[in-house]
Parts: sequence; C-alpha cells; structure tokens
Amino acid sequence: MTGVLEVVEAGIANCIQDAGRPGYRSIGVPLSGAADPLLLACANRLLGNAPDSAALEVSLAGPRLRASAGAVRVALAGAVSARLIRANGTVREVPAWQTATLFPGDAIAVGAPGAGVAYLAVSGGLRVPLQLGSRATYPRARLGGVAGRALATGDRLPCATVGGDPWLEFRAAAPFEHPPGPIRVVLGPQDDHFDATALATLLGAEYTVSHETDRMGMRLAGPRLAHRADRGADIVSDGVAPGAIQVPADGQPIILLADAQTVGGYAKIATVIRADLPRLAHLAPGAPLRFAAVAVAAGRAAYRAQAGTFAAWCARIAPFRPPGAIDEAALYANNLVSGIVDAHEAPPRP
Amino acid sequence: MLTAPPRVLALGDAALTVEFGSEIAPEIHARVLGFAQALEAAVARGALAGVVEWVPAYRSLTVYFDPAAELDDPATQAEILLALARQAPAVAPAGRRWRIPVCFDAAFAPDLDALAAAKGLTRAAVITLLTATPFRVYMLGFLPGFPYLGGLPEALALPRRATPRTAVPARSLAVAGRMCSVYPWESPGGWHLLGRTPVRLFDADHAADPALFHPGDEIRWVAIDRDTYEALERRAATGGLERGSLLVESEAQP
Repeated sequence: MTGVLEVVEAGIANCIQDAGRPGYRSIGVPLSGAADPLLLACANRLLGNAPDSAALEVSLAGPRLRASAGAVRVALAGAVSARLIRANGTVREVPAWQTATLFPGDAIAVGAPGAGVAYLAVSGGLRVPLQLGSRATYPRARLGGVAGRALATGDRLPCATVGGDPWLEFRAAAPFEHPPGPIRVVLGPQDDHFDATALATLLGAEYTVSHETDRMGMRLAGPRLAHRADRGADIVSDGVAPGAIQVPADGQPIILLADAQTVGGYAKIATVIRADLPRLAHLAPGAPLRFAAVAVAAGRAAYRAQAGTFAAWCARIAPFRPPGAIDEAALYANNLVSGIVDAHEAPPRP
Repeated sequence: MLTAPPRVLALGDAALTVEFGSEIAPEIHARVLGFAQALEAAVARGALAGVVEWVPAYRSLTVYFDPAAELDDPATQAEILLALARQAPAVAPAGRRWRIPVCFDAAFAPDLDALAAAKGLTRAAVITLLTATPFRVYMLGFLPGFPYLGGLPEALALPRRATPRTAVPARSLAVAGRMCSVYPWESPGGWHLLGRTPVRLFDADHAADPALFHPGDEIRWVAIDRDTYEALERRAATGGLERGSLLVESEAQP
C-alpha cells in the first residue's frame, strides 16, 4: 500500500539520496549518492529496507514531514533526533537508531545533525521516479530527487505503508560509529607531480576543513603542498573519483566528494580509500584531519572489514515497544471510534 | 614520439587509470579509443572481475571497480590491463558528423569582441574560423553531456578568463586554450563565451543515450540569426528538435 509524507517545512538543503548513479560517468554524470552510505544503510535496515533504498540526507536543518496517507514508519541514523507530533497534539522525542510510526495527520520534525549528515529513511524507501537508474538528487543537471532539486515545502514523498504491528518498533543495540584515526589514502595517481617534502607534509601535517565545502568537494587549509617545478599543478584532464585529493597551484588540497565531476585537470596527490570516504561527511568546517598512506590491498581489506562491522550491527537490531505505546495505541483506537481528538484530555488507560 | 608505453596508476582502492601519454593528440586519443574497445570485449568475456564502468579521456582511461565484489589482487588487475593496453590497436575515431546551429548574437557572445581584439581579428573573422573548423569530441565530463572538443585553431587560442563567471548560461559555446565546448547546464565557468546553441546536449528522458555527443564524433558549428535561434529554441523546449535532423547523413536523404 502507498503511504505519503508531505513536506510541511523543507529545512535547509535536504535532499533524497541512494547508492548513486553508476554507469554514466563516461558521459559526465557524477556518481552522486549518499555522502555516508553506511548511515544510509543503517537507517534503511532498521526498517527492513534494502540498504541502498532512497532516503533523506539531512545536513544543516532537518525538515518537518506529515503523514498524509497510510501509516508510515521512519528511522533516523546519525547525530540527530526528531520530535514526533501526533495529530492529537501529543509530542515525544524520537532518538536516532530506532523506528517510529506516523499515522495520517502525525508529523515528524527532524532536528539539526550535530556535525555533517544524518539520514531519515522511510518504510519501503522514498519512491520518487528513477532517473538513469537512481533517485539520487543532482541539482546541477536536475536529476533525481523531487524534480532534480532539494526538498521544497509542499512536496509529496511517496513511500510504503508499514506492514505488521504498527506499535512494535525496532531499534539498534548501539549507534553505528566510524572508527577514529587518520583518513587513509592511496598515493597518486599524480604523486609524481610532488617532491618528497610535499608527500611528507601531506602525511605528517594537520589540515583543517574550510567553509568552502559542499557535496561536490571539501577544500582544506594547511601547510602548502608544493608541486615539482618541472611538473606543475595542471595535468591533461583525466578520470577522477570521490576521495581524490586535487592540489591546485595554491597548494591547498581539495577532496572530491559524492557529487564530484567525472574528470579533472589538477594533479591528484592521493585518493581517500572507499572505507574512509563516509567519515569525511561528518567533518564540519574547522574540523582537523590527518592522512595516512596505505596500499590498495589494505584499502580493500578495510572495506571488507567495514562490511563485516555493518553486518554485525544489523544483527543486533531488535523489536521493542516504546514507552507509552500501549497508551498511544488505545488513544488511537479511541480516536478511530469517536473521531474526536482532544489534545488536552489525558489519554484513556486500557 | 608522442605515444609512450602504457602505464597503470591507482586512483584510490577502487579505480585504476591506464595512461597512454601526457598530451592532447589524435595519436594518443586513438590508442584510448582502441583500448576502450578491447576493454569492453575483455569485460564481456569475464577477463576482469568487478568492473562497474570506465571513462575514456584525452590520453587515458579510468576503470572503476565495485569494492564489494570479489576482485583480483591489484597487481593482477594491472597486468591484465597492461596486456590489453599493449595489444589494443589504435582506432581512428569513426563517430557521427553533426551540424549544430549556433547564434553569435552579441547577447549570447559576451567575450566575442574581446577575443577578436586579443587575437587581432574582426568579429566576423572569428565566426568564420569557428564555423569552418571541424571539431572532434575527445571526451565527456565536468558536467553531464559536456563535450571536450579538440581542433580549435591556434588563431583563436586564449587562456581561460582570470576570474571565472559564477554562472555561465546553459548552452553557451565557449573556448579556452585549444579547447572548445558547449555548457549543457548553467554552471560556474572560466571559458570565453562566443555564442549559444538552441540544441539540448543532455536529456535524461532519452535514457538509452542521454548525451547528444559521443567521443569520436565530429562537430561543425553553423551560424544562425537570432530569429532562427528563437524558433529552434521553442522547438527544442517542447522536444520538437529531433537529434537526427542535426546529423550530416540526414542531409543526403530526400
């Protein structure tokens, strides 16, 4: 059955993302997709969705959504929480890492993530139309999402209604956390445009995330990475990928992110391994970061280990009845019978 | 000797770039195109596991792998790619030939006078040179459907603007250095804007083939006046400008 979430307040720059749009890079279409695919997968798995189902990527200020058709279940992943506002006016806090169910007229107001991105997944995934095989929003070419743009007030987001007992929710045993430590990189492909001093600086110094950061890339500030005089900063453009660290002539590195263009003309000193890309999505302007070099094989081993950590996290998702669920269920049943909602009346006890 | 022995470079832990040289040259690009064909066949017969896609560029080709797949170890992958790269013949581009209408009206060409002045040419001479030159699509990138075109005469070559524009209008014809392109979308950009086409370069609803141009295609610009531009723009906006009508081959047909 089809559920609908209506956008009551759009928040700031919230967009629909999934695993992205592979297969079209040769015609210039960026990969896009969730900045942190693991948190996207966590939010989806809480609901029993496929891990890469389309969900809302929340960054600066979360949206307020109202269920307008069917009972819709939602789940948050990340450093964020929300308020669930029942149609009768009662309000309760919904933390991340557990599900909550909205009946028609209920709303959820998502807060601001602590740092970086968080995800709000919905039962069945957000069912906006697929474009070139994905629902990921890429505003520059008006692809994916709702009309190829961030959420806007009044948008209607189709999803599935909740199956089974709507009062039985699910929660994780613990938040999913990324490991600390330096961001791991594979040197190159143009490390030969830099001398040993620049490579030692990249791997030894601390860099800071600047304000010039969006879904396309993250500009860093720190010690200058000088190019070899005989090579310079410019190359004949070649393929790039999210995680590639470009160094323009000013010597300040730029890490390309999910919406990165497909080719680039700056020398790439190193490239962040896939397992550590999601961590970049949680670094706010001013945050420090360091790099460490690993071999390609070690990067791939880290990716496999991460998949194992995620599987173990999923195995510890369990059903529970939230406090007050029985009261709410009774109230809801009562409202169905009487058709009257009174926010000021104490909910009837069973 | 422009073409060097191919080499394989790691782009992180899930992509490898096979490089054939460091310059923009037809000989090097022909090797990239030949390698792309050999790679397609190799992937089809299962010689390389976990390949998601590849991006041919001016002088290299980048192969993207699925990190969740069972991949060969990096050294084996590099060997397989190098063997293919050495064996693959250079392939001359055999793309389609396009005639793309462009309006050089002053409103669409804010940098035309400055470029003409910088190169000691008249405005009309710049337009004549642009429309007399066959351009070759080397690769697509930067934005969906953005073609990197080679072939701009030295007489029109000018380094990119010192300060990029924050918003280049969609479908602007632009040049920088020895390159030429059309911005398919409004975007920031530092190239010199010399005209505008009513033609859409990318259409996601054309799902099987969203980008108008492919690497190897040949493009010639055809000057049109403002009234023609407006008429074609209205047709394009409603999907009434058929791609086939822009191909040279179609001119031969009754």
